[in-house]
Amino acid sequence: MSLVSYPKIYLYRRVVQAKMFMDEHYHEDINLSGIADEAFFSKFHFTRLFKSIYGRTPHQYLTSVRIDQAKHLLQINKSVADVCYEVGFGSVSSFSGLFSKIVGQSPSVFQLKHQQRLQAVAEMPLNFIPNCFAEKKGWIKNSNFQDA
Amino acid sequence: MISKMNHVSIFVLDQDSAFNFYVNTLGFNVHTDAAMGPGMRWLTVTPPEQPDLEISLMAIDEGMMFDKEAAEQMRGLVRKGTFGFGVFECNDLLATYEELKAKGVEFTKAPKKEFYGFEALFKDDSGNWFSLGEKEK
Repeated sequence: MSLVSYPKIYLYRRVVQAKMFMDEHYHEDINLSGIADEAFFSKFHFTRLFKSIYGRTPHQYLTSVRIDQAKHLLQINKSVADVCYEVGFGSVSSFSGLFSKIVGQSPSVFQLKHQQRLQAVAEMPLNFIPNCFAEKKGWIKNSNFQDA
Repeated sequence: MISKMNHVSIFVLDQDSAFNFYVNTLGFNVHTDAAMGPGMRWLTVTPPEQPDLEISLMAIDEGMMFDKEAAEQMRGLVRKGTFGFGVFECNDLLATYEELKAKGVEFTKAPKKEFYGFEALFKDDSGNWFSLGEKEK
């Protein structure tokens, strides 16, 4: 069976394009009804197919992309306020509230914990590598990476 | 009794390129990225819904693991696509195939219904191949 003969492959392609559009333009004021229109769907049909493919509604998906991007930006040490606006939220309090609800910790705590982990990895990398791999790589013998 | 796997290695030709492929193209998360001295790096990534399985993107360097000849042989074998390192799973194979193809991933087999399931095959940026299957719904 060739791919083009799969039922409704053209619909899949439109939904995938809409998803990829959200991946790229998450920081913009995205009108999800407009996306459905561009994909030549009714909003209802588009939402149903999107959910069957990605396991969540387009709105939920867009939120998850924004939160994932926020995590990335916090990890590179941007301020919470900058991150909030860069990923498309309009207010720091609503961003922080949603971030905490989804991630389980506030943006600033998330950022602090990430920085602490980065520091721990930089200072004692062997604590994060199974010994068998480190040994095979010859890293155990390197006293720079071990306690005296 | 063994209960689970938490680390697995994939030998790659270039860790920077592998980072880009696994993180930016496949959407995996970086777990640990540690500099281990000049030219050496411990880099692990995790599939988005499996944060406790670290995939080590292992450089094929001349050193304790490979002598010069073995490293060269290994690089040649990886480049030739000798190794199939695993089976990945997605929620919807057709959609994932369409997206990854649009991002430039090389598929050696388009999605096909087989007696064992719905499957496609793709290669990473080094030449390692993987099966991609669809989660039973």
